[in-house]
Amino acid sequence: MSIIKSLYRDKVGMVMLTLLTLMAVIIPACNQVFPEGHTFHISTFTMTLLGKYLCYALLALSVDLVWGYLGILSLGHGAFFGLGGYAMGMYLMRQIGDRGVYGNPLLPDFMVFLNWQELPWFWHGFNWFAFAMLMVMLAPAALAFIFGWFAFKSRVTGVYLSIITQAMTYALLLAFFRNEMGFGGNNGLTDFKDILGFSLQNDATKAGLFMASAIALILGYISCRYITQSKLGRVCTAIRDQESRVRFLGYRVEHAKLFIFTFSAVLAGIAGALYVPQVGIINPTEFSPLNSIEIVIWVAVGGRATLYGAVAGALVVNYAKSYLTAAFPDAWLFGLGALFILVTLFLPQGISGGITALFKKKEAR
Amino acid sequence: MMATLESMHPVFSRNEVFEFLKPEVPPSLDLDRGVILYLEGISVSFDGFKAINDLNLYIDDGELRCIIGPNGAGKTTMMDIITGKTTPDTGSAWFGQNINLLKLDEPEIAAAGIGRKFQKPTVFENHTTYENLELAMAGNKGIMATLGAKLSSEQQDRIAEALMLIGLVEQAKIQAGALSHGQKQWLEIGMLLMQNPKLVLIDEPVAGMTHQEMDRTAELLHNLAGEHSVVVVEHDMDFIRSIAQKVTVLHQGSVLAEGNMDDIQNNQKVIEVYLGG
Repeated sequence: MSIIKSLYRDKVGMVMLTLLTLMAVIIPACNQVFPEGHTFHISTFTMTLLGKYLCYALLALSVDLVWGYLGILSLGHGAFFGLGGYAMGMYLMRQIGDRGVYGNPLLPDFMVFLNWQELPWFWHGFNWFAFAMLMVMLAPAALAFIFGWFAFKSRVTGVYLSIITQAMTYALLLAFFRNEMGFGGNNGLTDFKDILGFSLQNDATKAGLFMASAIALILGYISCRYITQSKLGRVCTAIRDQESRVRFLGYRVEHAKLFIFTFSAVLAGIAGALYVPQVGIINPTEFSPLNSIEIVIWVAVGGRATLYGAVAGALVVNYAKSYLTAAFPDAWLFGLGALFILVTLFLPQGISGGITALFKKKEAR
Repeated sequence: MMATLESMHPVFSRNEVFEFLKPEVPPSLDLDRGVILYLEGISVSFDGFKAINDLNLYIDDGELRCIIGPNGAGKTTMMDIITGKTTPDTGSAWFGQNINLLKLDEPEIAAAGIGRKFQKPTVFENHTTYENLELAMAGNKGIMATLGAKLSSEQQDRIAEALMLIGLVEQAKIQAGALSHGQKQWLEIGMLLMQNPKLVLIDEPVAGMTHQEMDRTAELLHNLAGEHSVVVVEHDMDFIRSIAQKVTVLHQGSVLAEGNMDDIQNNQKVIEVYLGG
């Protein structure tokens, strides 16, 4: 009940959720129902691309929750995204079975290649989908909890916190590059065959994954909105603005931070898990600090502390990126750079901030 | 054999709750002696500078106490110690008969019943006046409780009451950042009230206020005293004269003089270090 109430006040969010719901139904339908060449046909390529954007949007949402509402500028959210992706990748690897290049029924190809004799202990259980899905959430949550426990207890804030989140994802990048870690090293995990028995080459499976991404984004948005509209949400923004004052009011600031940070990590993990089967590969570059910084840029472009801004920002920037790389292969980075500069100059509150300002002007007249 | 079993009995008894399993409940405040705050023999130094030097201070229950002193006398440091922000090198600080303040951290001290108002008005500028009061309200401040919190009608009444008292009924839905300086100060006093503290520490409440606003603040503080004990740190002598029952003068980190306003103004030592200057 209170969930519906919290959404009711969020008009823009309602519009966006409606659009997302329509997308979740129409795009897979257009892909499946209309034959290729038909006016209403949407190619599988476009659909998968959009599915990827939706995963990015969920990731941006998780960053907006901690940055926009809690004031923690995380430059390491790619780590949680990557961990979720790896957990999904491990499940998909186990599904390959003996169809790999080496035909080993138990070991994934890269392990055979490294002359390993048995499955490392942490790979056990990933042949079950339910277990893998649990890990998709638990692995990022555990990392976020342990990291947050130490960082927030010792009251690390501001730039210093941003730097250690960056160090965290960089450490993971280096670790996952090592073959000895048992996650495929440099090459990562790839060559996936099927998920839950459905072939990943199949268009219908891809439509299903697209739908799942849209639903995950919708549910993620609703839960984030519920949190930000609750009293806890108001405590969070109060922490963002006046941390020590909140402490003197008797709130456990570090507990609130830990809760939100861990929840956000889970969202990022889910985004990663949906991303991997759609792009077909997960490798350590997902942990690279640059990726994490990019997420922050999406949120900044879309507008902080609005939630819908983060979604819009992720979609706009990634669409622009795809469009520019195709249209101006030599100059696309300049185009992207221009976008960031223009947004910072003319829309300091991001796209969403610009739109609300426009509406307010109209009302004032 | 039986004897061994008998002797084991208390350990395995069904109603035995081991010490380490008991949740730590802060003891309820014991005010038997009528004294709410004891600071005894407290010293703190920062990089060799003695901010507080063997400070002894007692505040009675329901009292309205003013603390004055020149800059650097240790007034703010004293408040930091009481609220748990700074740990003293030596000395003891007790809240009532039974709560050792030096063992608690800021949220625990706030929960035990000490509220603090800072020198600069620190309200949450992006929240409305109403929300500021809501956030400050006493109650369960755990994460899950906060996530599912809904205002009961009783709580709404309490907020409305506080809004009346601080005179910001019309500003209830306005963002606190848009309030005037004086209104922010009152809002912060209102937030203190919502915390329902036994002891209220107020740092320079009338700095930068007009005379009308000062009168209004004095009235507010008088309303607070009695039900709460109030400690006010202030520079403005006129204001202190208008509210003070008892005044403590701090100088170089310890108490120089204590008494009513007339005594203080005629005290030779005080005149030398402060009033005369």
